[in-house]
Amino acid sequence: MDLSRHGDIQLNEQGELRHFLTTEGLPRAILEEILDVADSFVPVGEKPVKNVPLLRGRTVINLFFEPSTRTRTTFELAAKRLSADVLNFNVSASATHKGETLLDTLRNLKAMASDMFVIRHPDSGAAHFVAEFATPDVAIINAGDGWHAHPTQAMLDMLTIRRHKGGFDGLKVAIVGDIMHSRVARSQIHALRTLGAEEVRVIGPRTLMPRNVEALGVDVFHDMQSGLRDADVVMMLRLQRERMLGADLPSEQEFFRVYGLSTDKLRYASGDAIVMHPGPINRGVEIESAVADGPRSLILNQVSYGIAVRMAVMSMAMSGQRRAPAQEVRQ
Amino acid sequence: MTAECSPVSGIEVEPLLQDMSRRLRDFLAERDREAACCIGVHTGGVWLAGRLAAELGLRDPVGELDISFYRDDYESRGLHQDLRPSSLPFTVDGRHLVLVDDVIMTGRTVRAALNLLFDYGRPASVCLVNLLDVATRELPIQPDIVGRRLQLEPGQRVKLSGPEPLHLVMQDAETE
Repeated sequence: MDLSRHGDIQLNEQGELRHFLTTEGLPRAILEEILDVADSFVPVGEKPVKNVPLLRGRTVINLFFEPSTRTRTTFELAAKRLSADVLNFNVSASATHKGETLLDTLRNLKAMASDMFVIRHPDSGAAHFVAEFATPDVAIINAGDGWHAHPTQAMLDMLTIRRHKGGFDGLKVAIVGDIMHSRVARSQIHALRTLGAEEVRVIGPRTLMPRNVEALGVDVFHDMQSGLRDADVVMMLRLQRERMLGADLPSEQEFFRVYGLSTDKLRYASGDAIVMHPGPINRGVEIESAVADGPRSLILNQVSYGIAVRMAVMSMAMSGQRRAPAQEVRQ
Repeated sequence: MTAECSPVSGIEVEPLLQDMSRRLRDFLAERDREAACCIGVHTGGVWLAGRLAAELGLRDPVGELDISFYRDDYESRGLHQDLRPSSLPFTVDGRHLVLVDDVIMTGRTVRAALNLLFDYGRPASVCLVNLLDVATRELPIQPDIVGRRLQLEPGQRVKLSGPEPLHLVMQDAETE
């Protein structure tokens, strides 16, 4: 499957968002629109009544083929704040174990008159497959597919940066950790490049660095001192512990010593650098508690911005999908 | 949006505004609502609300409403471009509110604004102030204070341009 042509399938004929599958290939104007709309949703969460009626009567199905608590709950909350009806569907514990295929599952869910699927799947390209072939007339939001993309996470990171740094011009951003297995890093890199960050750096051990990552327009570093120098934004990645025992890494302690963000290492970065992490954090593995809970850390702000960004993407995609001409389902 | 805009001849905003603030002052005084606060609907309503609050010497800052998330035409027209965050820098509960917008046509914007206001609390009262009344109402909503009534040709729309100076412009409905 060609995953490089998302730009087309994500937009309707008027150039409006109708699916949100990846940050790659989307025009800068669309990414900025997502941030602008999300900005307007932030104060909605501060009202005594936190709902707006935009998606009233619409049905959103959270379709999670991979366990997730945080992402699923923020999607659920975002849909509920838009007044949609929400159904959570954890597939690992469900029909696929009875031999039902993905396509059959989707057709059944679509028959329940659902308007939007939020999909997380362990295979790269799953959300794209559903949007293109299975149910093109249902708005699809990618909540993470394999190592490929996690675009709403990247956009909530972009919103955090824009709200705390004012913009992307002249910004030096360092992404630290397991770049290889990180769909978050890939989506962040595309978004940062499109939004015009001056420098995007990736820092990590050679074993966790994808080959040819430079082709994405990033500078590669293998040590924190040179990688963090004068950085305005430090984005840590979660290290998946299940990979620790494999050949990629010697030990958690060794990783923390070299790549863990400690107060000392943070001094290499710019004096007003902000620190971000997609969560859940492994304290003492990729980040020291003093930094995670410190004044530079925006980790909890990211969580609240995550709801606003997901509300923005959902309302934009639903509107773009409704305004797109009906499309035949290709078999 | 590249609307064809032309000035509305013969209607000056400033004298209307002076007249409206005099009448609003009387309206509030007759009802013991002098401690009211002004809330404008983006964008023209916010400019007018600011001017009225200053003329009346109201102490509270002016509230700003963006009703995009409450519109009833989201299905057909999608999300409105140019969103602005709503902000109400005071408690709505038990307060007398003056809701201000530049033009009232169908009444649907006011319906949306009222829904949004009630998400913030239960005001003691809400009165409605509009600079222009283009009487093509589709809902049972009427302003308490109107600067001027105006008859428009089908397809014509009028809006406030500003903030300095405030003046009225015509635009084609299709291009909005």
